[in-house]
Amino acid sequence: MIVGLIVNPVAGLGGEVALKGSDGADVQARALALGAVPRARARAAAALRALRLRRPDAVVRTVAGPMGEDSALAAGVRHEVVHRPAGPATGAADTRAAVAALADVDLLLFAGGDGTARDVLDAGPRPPVLGVPAGVKVYSGCFAVSPAAAGAGAAAFDGRTAEAEVVDLDEEAHRAGGVGARLYGTVRVPAARARLSGRKTGSSAAPPGSAESIARAVVAAMRPGTAYALGPGATTLAVGRALGLELTPLGVDVVRDGAVLDRDVTEQRLLTLAMSQVTHGVLSVIGGQGFVVGRGNQQFSPRVLDALAGIVVLATQQKLAALGGRPLLVDTGDPLADAALAGHVRVVTGHRESVLYRIQSASEELP
Amino acid sequence: MSSHDAPEPFATLPVAPKPALRRFHQARWDEEIVFELSRPGRRGVGVPAPDAPLVELPEAVARRTPPALPELSQNQVVRHYLRLSQETLGADFNIDVGQGTCTMKYSPKVNDSFARDPRVAALHPLQPESTVQGVLEIYWRLEQILKEISGMARVSLQPGAGSAAIYANIAMIRAYHAARGEGHRRDQVITTMFSHPSNAACAKVAGYEVITLMPDADGNPDIEALRAAVGPRTAALLITNPEDTGIFNPRIREFVELVHAAGGLACYDQANANGILGITRARDAGFDLCHFNLHKTFSTPHACGGPAAGACGVSEALVPFLPGPVVDRVAGDRAGGSFTLTAPERSVGKIRPFLGVTPNVVRAYAWVMALGAEGLREVAETAVLNNNYLLARVARIPGASVPWAERRRVEQVRYSWQQLAEETGVHSEEIGIRAADFGVHYWTSHHPYVVPEPFTLEPTESYSREDLDEYAAILAHVADEARKDPEFVRGAPYRQTVHKTDPVTLDDPAQWSPSWRAYLRKHGAKRPG
Repeated sequence: MIVGLIVNPVAGLGGEVALKGSDGADVQARALALGAVPRARARAAAALRALRLRRPDAVVRTVAGPMGEDSALAAGVRHEVVHRPAGPATGAADTRAAVAALADVDLLLFAGGDGTARDVLDAGPRPPVLGVPAGVKVYSGCFAVSPAAAGAGAAAFDGRTAEAEVVDLDEEAHRAGGVGARLYGTVRVPAARARLSGRKTGSSAAPPGSAESIARAVVAAMRPGTAYALGPGATTLAVGRALGLELTPLGVDVVRDGAVLDRDVTEQRLLTLAMSQVTHGVLSVIGGQGFVVGRGNQQFSPRVLDALAGIVVLATQQKLAALGGRPLLVDTGDPLADAALAGHVRVVTGHRESVLYRIQSASEELP
Repeated sequence: MSSHDAPEPFATLPVAPKPALRRFHQARWDEEIVFELSRPGRRGVGVPAPDAPLVELPEAVARRTPPALPELSQNQVVRHYLRLSQETLGADFNIDVGQGTCTMKYSPKVNDSFARDPRVAALHPLQPESTVQGVLEIYWRLEQILKEISGMARVSLQPGAGSAAIYANIAMIRAYHAARGEGHRRDQVITTMFSHPSNAACAKVAGYEVITLMPDADGNPDIEALRAAVGPRTAALLITNPEDTGIFNPRIREFVELVHAAGGLACYDQANANGILGITRARDAGFDLCHFNLHKTFSTPHACGGPAAGACGVSEALVPFLPGPVVDRVAGDRAGGSFTLTAPERSVGKIRPFLGVTPNVVRAYAWVMALGAEGLREVAETAVLNNNYLLARVARIPGASVPWAERRRVEQVRYSWQQLAEETGVHSEEIGIRAADFGVHYWTSHHPYVVPEPFTLEPTESYSREDLDEYAAILAHVADEARKDPEFVRGAPYRQTVHKTDPVTLDDPAQWSPSWRAYLRKHGAKRPG
């Protein structure tokens, strides 16, 4: 079996430092300056380790240096370098050129986010692909739920494929204060639904007023003097509206006593706040995927989660029902932090209403 | 030619073979609303002027203006309602297995004659007890039967059914904890996603915080989630079993014990009791409260949201809180004892007016007495057999699936058209609407849809194998149509009274109109097209 690998080494850089994404050289430079740590290479290596465990015979065909070779070396898999990027910059053109160079593999793994998925889509003819989630936003349906699931999915690939959607942030909606996603096209992925994260779906399936009811519940439970870090999402935006505050659509805002304490915080800033005063995290569920931590809210890092006094999870009943029995997922990148959140979580579904729902690490094998 | 030689008048005419599916077409009368048929002065009965003076009504109860009722002749009224009856797919009109969770069994017509008998229908609820001993005896006797069926210490027939009975249960739960001084701290009620949603709704109305458990990988409510949910704030577990999936929870006793260990009460919504009558009993599983819907399991008509009768049963500890009045038998001159209405000591009061919905109580009593104990068990066994026969038929239809398929079901199944929808783009609602072109219908599911593209079938004991074969054949035919011509199915219905209705008029409080007066207020005098 020949598996291709492309890593977007700058994917995910913007997450912890509240830049909402990592597209563009200037954003990447700012992220690094703010202290962001590249993590795509390590996540690609984790996927390859899961692949090697199941298919020791698999050969990885990849790109020189940080675009794949480094991860293959770290994972200790048999690999061949078949393409070298033109220079040190690793932009969209490099991803597209790499896809062309790897066109004849059985399956192409790519580590990145929605922006990387769009580059893979734009590259033209391509083998079946499977995304290793490593970006800030992973709304597309072509990603595995975790690096380990990507490796396991690649190992189990038997040639059968299904169509998956490539979506990315709808910038018009974003400018209008929403958090919708726009469909850019489809790619073929292994037909193993359980390991795929599924495309993010919006909150529109719920009856009108659902988000407002949830927001009322959150606001009613807020205690004086306690800080609340509100993660991204339409439901948390409704909490802001219930407080009379306009929040950052894709960022993390901290509120206390009905006012914004700090807006669009980085992971470092959130940690400082959580260490200095009682702070609760308020997180919404990504529709269709079930992610609570690790997708679009990387500010809630393992050390921040450890410092928080507690977390509150929000979702409509429709959103939970649409998961089809799949658990809620966390993917902090740290198995211990993931394990600390696993079990049953009380998901607030409305005013004085909740659902007890199973939550587990995205790296755990799904049934 | 002698008459002996004359040919049979129709002998030579070709007889078309009966088609595999019915060539059904629903009646379409373009019938007006009864208020629109009204003409001033038109009357059904000309009442002669009295030749004796009328008793004067007290000023306080006399109307100042006559009621705004439609004015019609008798034949207009008969024609109007007969036409409307032809424009429905009512329970006596179709193979009514598609209203899963509603237990649409056949209600024997003879039982209606008892309910219409003037000795029942002409009674006034405020008559002296001594003049209604027969009806009170029926209440008492039905209670004894329901006590035996449920294992409970007492049963009140005072509440309505469904939400009214569930509300009675939650009111008793609240009163029980308040009497023990724990009302203030037991503020949470646990229910499950596949229990009847009225359990969550009524608990909320009664002021409780509601925690819902999702199904586990086997389709049972997740017992680990229950462990995480119970605690000192737990007032009660409100649960249905089998749930709306038709799956019987084999660990139900553990559920009850977990809640009892935390000091909460366990309340059994027996809306889905039709497959377990005479087989399992609520009290034997440890439940403290339960209720039956007489309009479902005990064969009185559903009445389109009309007056259904509930039966709330409780353990000894909760008897003082029962809704009342209840009927007690006391010593008296009458053979078999006399019967009197009493209010339980700390009753939560009346849920409906007076002593309950007497016509439904009479029908239920007649139904049970006609069957006997063995007959009730046979009802349950036949309902289960019918359900599993239909399940075997539906599961073979390409595109239909049965979530948690390896489990046998009790009396109903929540199926899924997900495969068909993915393949054809035709959704479950559209399949159901097209099925109406063949004279049947189905209901999808409560919201939210945990089972994707759902449809819920409950064949009860009333339907024959041929009926079930016909129903399954209709579904198979429509599924096949969806594959061959999805647009055609999406365009259905083609043989119905109306095409499609706008669901917004049912969902939007600003538009829905449960009465003519509300309609005029919200939409003006003119109906659209």
